Amino acid sequence: MDFTDTPAETEFRQTARAWIQDNAPTYLAAPLSGSGFGSTRTGDFDPIAEAKKWQKTKAEAGWACIQWPKEYGGRGATPIESVIWSQEEGVYSKLSGTFIIGQGMCAPTMMAYASEEAKLRYLPKLASGEEIWCQLFSEPHGGSDLAGLRTKAIKDGDTWVINGQKIWTSGAQHSDYGILITRTDPDVAKHRGLTMFFLDMKSEGVDIRPIKQANGDSGFNEVFFDNVRIPDAQRLGEVGDGWKVALTTLMNERLAIGGSIATGFPEIQALVSELVLASGPASGDQAVRSKLADWYAKSAGLKNTGARAISALSKGEIPGPENSIGKLVAGGMMQDIAKFAVDLQGLGGLVTDPAIARSQAQIQAMLMRSPAVRIEGGTDQILRNIIAERVLGLPEDMRADKGIAFSQIPTSQDAGAG
Amino acid sequence: MNFDFSSEDRMIQEQVRRFLSEQSPLSRHRSVMEGQSLQASEVWRGLADLGLQGTAIPEAYGGVGAGYLPLCLVAQELGGVLAAVPFSSSVYLATEAITCFGSTEQKERYLPKLASGEWVGTLAVSEGPQAPSPTNLTVTRSGNTVSGKKLVVPHGLVADFAIVLVASDAGTDLVLAGLEGVECSAVEIVDPTIAAATIDFAQTHCESLGEPGDGWAMLETVQHRAAVLYAFEQIGGAEQALNMAVAYAKERFAFGRPIGSFQSLKHMMADMYVALKLAESNAYYAAWALQNHASDLHLAAATARVSATQAFQLCARDNIQVHGGMGFTWAFDCHLFYRRSNYLALALGGLNEWENKLVDALPSAVA
Repeated sequence: MDFTDTPAETEFRQTARAWIQDNAPTYLAAPLSGSGFGSTRTGDFDPIAEAKKWQKTKAEAGWACIQWPKEYGGRGATPIESVIWSQEEGVYSKLSGTFIIGQGMCAPTMMAYASEEAKLRYLPKLASGEEIWCQLFSEPHGGSDLAGLRTKAIKDGDTWVINGQKIWTSGAQHSDYGILITRTDPDVAKHRGLTMFFLDMKSEGVDIRPIKQANGDSGFNEVFFDNVRIPDAQRLGEVGDGWKVALTTLMNERLAIGGSIATGFPEIQALVSELVLASGPASGDQAVRSKLADWYAKSAGLKNTGARAISALSKGEIPGPENSIGKLVAGGMMQDIAKFAVDLQGLGGLVTDPAIARSQAQIQAMLMRSPAVRIEGGTDQILRNIIAERVLGLPEDMRADKGIAFSQIPTSQDAGAG
Repeated sequence: MNFDFSSEDRMIQEQVRRFLSEQSPLSRHRSVMEGQSLQASEVWRGLADLGLQGTAIPEAYGGVGAGYLPLCLVAQELGGVLAAVPFSSSVYLATEAITCFGSTEQKERYLPKLASGEWVGTLAVSEGPQAPSPTNLTVTRSGNTVSGKKLVVPHGLVADFAIVLVASDAGTDLVLAGLEGVECSAVEIVDPTIAAATIDFAQTHCESLGEPGDGWAMLETVQHRAAVLYAFEQIGGAEQALNMAVAYAKERFAFGRPIGSFQSLKHMMADMYVALKLAESNAYYAAWALQNHASDLHLAAATARVSATQAFQLCARDNIQVHGGMGFTWAFDCHLFYRRSNYLALALGGLNEWENKLVDALPSAVA
């Protein structure tokens, strides 16, 4: 066991650090430090343009998606080097939010299932940020019950015709491409009638409508498909194997999100260190200290669990369902922290104007963004089911849709509930 | 970087696991709990035959000199079977105190006998219902003698000597005192398998460990180091409690289905798993920090301690809940884990105390 760098790792770290010092957009460091929780703060500059610029700079020097093979735009780096890189990239990694879904989830799926030609065409531009990708999975009728999705794909010669609707698609409005899961056979059990594709988001018949969220932002979208045609060459995996392909994406999702997950701990620690309560400095208050200790222990636990996952990855092991704990712990913790932090500040803690509130209203952004963290990418409840069934081996729940054709599964309409 | 134990460490763990599964079943723990013997002395001797009490003791003092990483895994295995042996008091506390603060002469006298398991040592700190502090100690030292009553000395009934926290002219001291001829009486506590004693020192002969006046600071050092090892015992216990809950939930049927298929119970066990996993990862880091004299050892130890206490308490408590009424019977083993989890939670000072130590050790916030 060794938590320090080997000589080779030290050298890698120094090379990375030197390059970042010479090339990073230092003019963005201050506003970026107030970023997170759904908002990328870049002061007077456009966040998407700045994100693309930094990504391009990195790609040209071989510092984008460093774990990917070189021919796909990466550096062929090891998992440990990848961790070192993200430690060194620090605050500038907050510019990468726009690319996380494409690079963290779509790319591994493309690597596993796309043709060599497609990989060479699409992956380098995904790495360099020239093209942005999104993931079209959830539907109004298929969120937690993802395999209950209804968007139809019907074969017509060499192309597939898509009709239906996706929802909660992050970043669809900025995306050039997306991976899309559809139902190709409603007459078999629901997990068996699905097929995965990738498509050009500028295709005719694709209609993207941003959703105004509870926190006022619009990161998520509805995406409508009206007779959208996708060439069969853009199918990922076999017809009917879409569920298997989706699991590749979702496993990587938990790793992508779990690896660098925000918990809110540094923010609450900073607040506590400067806040004075009626009873004296907040840092001396027993209730505050007790919570701070609990939250630190949890965030350290996540960090160290992530480190163990990286070690396992380095030894060639595949990330398993145990990585589901990252988001489960961080989401609830972030919401608790934000609520507590606001409480400590009294009514003034509710001010959301970044010009007035401490740290550019970061805590308030956290308060309003955290409910989504507990839902997106698998709700707390679904994650607990995954841990219980796939890690602990507990029996499946009784299911009303087990073993019957998708078209025969009862819906809310059948129950007369609309 | 490599965040896992080596295969050599894992081999030692596997060896200990095999030994304990044969020699230290829960039925043996139960016989100690029910008063048939003070401790499982044959298990203690078996561990000594494997050299385990001396795992981290340098070879020059009769130990194996294998360091703390394998010792952590030994602790995890002992925790999993709730071994009724004085390992924690003798190895994590007494041995650590002498290793850190003993004179060469004291190390030569004590460590070989601790390594071989011939002597059992313990740490006598607590004096009553109130948590000890540098200002409320009533056991005092006068020259080469110690007097006063220590209440709840873990493994005090089987210990050959104690390291005693005392008030002295210099403030607080740690002293070494042999227990032969000293009045040690059994005291009933929540976990009856730790041979807890009240020790009444009456001008008992003693000698200094380390410098007089440094008692409290030395105690803190020893407790931080021991916290890492206790954390591994707690993880071992938590893991077994979770395993018991999962096994029972798979086989017990109600409403025509295994109770483990109900989400209310699944989610409870998922939360037990999460707590265990976080604790395990924090303990791994702390093990490394202990072995490598890391500058953040105090923070790592306190973090491991807080997480491990939380995990074992949660797993032991909810294991009973998953078992329902059967879990509250004397015959089922759930309460053995519940009892042990409460003992281990307080053995080095309670959760609140460790939360404070953790916050004290945090580096300043980056505002």
